[in-house]
Amino acid sequence: MAKFRKKKDSGVQAINTSALPDIVFMLLFFFMVTTTMKEVSLKVLNRAPEATELAKLERKSLVTFIYVGVPLKQYQNRYGSNPRIQLNDAFATVDDIQSYIVQERESMKENDRPLMTVSIKADYDCPMGDITDIKQALRKAQALRILYSARQVESLKY
Amino acid sequence: MAKRNIPEVNAGSMADIAFLLLIFFLMTTTMDTDKGLSRVLPPPVPVDDTVTPPVKERNVFEILINARNLLLVEGNYMELRDLKEATKEFLKNPMQLETLPEVEMVEIPLIGIHPVTKAVISLQSDRGTQYQMYLNVQNELQAAINELREEVSREKFNKGYDDLNEEQQDAVRDIYPQRISEAEPRNVGGK
Repeated sequence: MAKFRKKKDSGVQAINTSALPDIVFMLLFFFMVTTTMKEVSLKVLNRAPEATELAKLERKSLVTFIYVGVPLKQYQNRYGSNPRIQLNDAFATVDDIQSYIVQERESMKENDRPLMTVSIKADYDCPMGDITDIKQALRKAQALRILYSARQVESLKY
Repeated sequence: MAKRNIPEVNAGSMADIAFLLLIFFLMTTTMDTDKGLSRVLPPPVPVDDTVTPPVKERNVFEILINARNLLLVEGNYMELRDLKEATKEFLKNPMQLETLPEVEMVEIPLIGIHPVTKAVISLQSDRGTQYQMYLNVQNELQAAINELREEVSREKFNKGYDDLNEEQQDAVRDIYPQRISEAEPRNVGGK
């Protein structure tokens, strides 16, 4: 009987948490390395169109973005309410695209240049006229690989 | 020299600081990889060179989208939901019909002699067409081509198209190439 009574005073063992900071640091470094800060702040209304047959972009460094849409409320009194193009952080016109593409291409590595892809991020309600103008400008600038950016959905709304 | 007692640094709050940073990065991180429909534009044509290679009428699958987002396919009104099947029928031409595009027997590496269609899809939109509608059409065309490729790949290699290696994918792509030509847009809708 005495043998059994002896166990009574052994309470719950404290969990050793000294390795917790290490684990947290590991996670922290992972997120620090993988994170990419948002590069541009959108000045146009950009609601992605929907599609089902999407392809992924392989490498982000090859991609140049062109945003198209109606200017946000706070810019509308200066830029109007027709769809506009945004390159980097500023509003632009179709004529600016060519120099923008050249400039972006210059900043790429030599052997990556032929693989350059232009992602067109347009609002779903844009008229095709604006998109076509952009496409013609891209053709002139010899940026022929394009991507119509879209959001993955299960099925289209017919 | 007197022996000094170095006090131990209290590292208990280290975890808290690390957690704080971790949560910050968790919040700001964006893992989104851009997805979309990828296309290759035709190279710019020189101004004086306006001679386009002739394509037979029966080989062209003509799709028009007007400013009210309505479809006209091969001269007939069509709903978007029927477009995929119509495209597949056109590209495949299983009965070798006279009205559908020509089919040519071509030697394909890894597969051998296989019928290959000469079909070309021609897509024309109006300046007033909604972008979503245009993408819907592109999406349905892509879906039709993807499904045909999947069929061939299952039949010839017993595998899905995505599981094939580079060479096999090339062979399947040779059978069903993605030939979508886009005409210069018209401005009928007046926008």
